[in-house]
Amino acid sequence: MSDHELRVSKIRDGTVIDHVEGGQALNVLAILGIDGSEGYGVSVGMNVPSDRLGRKDIVKVEERELSQSEVDVLSLIAPEATINIVRDFEVVEKNRVTRPDSVTGVLSCPNRNCITNADEPVDTRFDVVADGVRCDYCSTILRADIADHIDV
Amino acid sequence: MRQDHLITATQLSRDDIEAVLDRARAVADDPAAYADRHAGRVLALCFFEPSTRTRMSFDSAAKRLGIDTIDMGDVDSSSVSKGESLTDTVRVIEGYADALVLRHPSEGAATLAAEHVSVPVVNAGDGAGQHPSQTLLDLHTIRENHGLDDLTVGIMGDLKYGRTVHSLAAALTEFDANQHFISPESLRLPRSVRFDLHETGAQIREHEELEPVLEELDVLYVTRIQKERFPDENEYHRVAGEYQIDAETLEDASDDLTVMHPLPRVDEIAPDVDETDHATYFEQAHNGVPVRMALLDTLLENAEATEGMEVDR
Repeated sequence: MSDHELRVSKIRDGTVIDHVEGGQALNVLAILGIDGSEGYGVSVGMNVPSDRLGRKDIVKVEERELSQSEVDVLSLIAPEATINIVRDFEVVEKNRVTRPDSVTGVLSCPNRNCITNADEPVDTRFDVVADGVRCDYCSTILRADIADHIDV
Repeated sequence: MRQDHLITATQLSRDDIEAVLDRARAVADDPAAYADRHAGRVLALCFFEPSTRTRMSFDSAAKRLGIDTIDMGDVDSSSVSKGESLTDTVRVIEGYADALVLRHPSEGAATLAAEHVSVPVVNAGDGAGQHPSQTLLDLHTIRENHGLDDLTVGIMGDLKYGRTVHSLAAALTEFDANQHFISPESLRLPRSVRFDLHETGAQIREHEELEPVLEELDVLYVTRIQKERFPDENEYHRVAGEYQIDAETLEDASDDLTVMHPLPRVDEIAPDVDETDHATYFEQAHNGVPVRMALLDTLLENAEATEGMEVDR
């Protein structure tokens, strides 16, 4: 994207999550637990043109690093995403997300009768399967609706 | 079987299953040889939900191996009703017993319990999840009547919430079995069970009526459709009525058809079927004792073999 097409400004320090599937930017913020009250500078571009995706979303968060579990869940709703670490306006690190084998403690099980929803001292654990995730406890499979069950 | 716990039928290989069933056959042939095999051991029957057959057959199986049993009494008056977590409950009971049998209303309860204790855990039913010890006795019954290969099995009734169905369907994929699933649209197999069946490449077909497949079947496994699964009672009566069988229904079936049911039945199998050669459900229920003896014997033997060793669970 050339400079004259820029819709949001460059950031000095922080993380740029690029190549997010169009329409998923707000879910990305939800995964990161960002609702604006934390004081980070946040810029969001939605449905901007992309050679690779047609339309993409882009999220820029100033002075914020992502944890591995955040990246793991991100990969489930935005498998094409790239994560750029920016320092002093330069991209110092650029990573593609990779799908993990499992995600622990970040999703809630949609099955109300699952033991993980029964006030037990247990972190949820989901195996990543072909086109979704699967609860290790009750085997419930979660597909398109993963973003609705983020619990971080 | 080289397993520490029995949580789900999907964990069992054909070899695991056949090893337990071979032992069940040996137990049935010579029960006296097993009478005191585990004298001095204690089995905890942890039933967080009512049960008659499963609980009594585990109790009977344990006692026939020389094992004493303890239980939680009435759940309403136990610590559970005081709000204690399952995790704490099983951690405490682990100290009282050499193995736990767990029945719980939540799916995944046995998986969670097994993560917190070092004695063998047997899942005796977790909500609408799994009931693998029932599957072992179901397979024993099928094996004694037909063998376990070149089989055509029809499973009918509540396939969505029926834990015995989920376990049986998974275990049958280890054998050369065609599976037909017969149910109303609203009670078809859940996505998770379907996923596992597809993963194994199993041949399955789904139907809303029994009649077109009845002739092909070696085994018809009937389960109860529960009233509480339907929003209104009229709908329940209309649907359930279509999945009831009687002696007349079975006139078109193969002479060798085995009719099974995990019991209790309400009216899905008419009493006149009891008088036919097809009726196998009481034999099936009785098989619960030798099969659970074989299972407990195996798990306790495995636990003894690993005692004192660091086991990565």
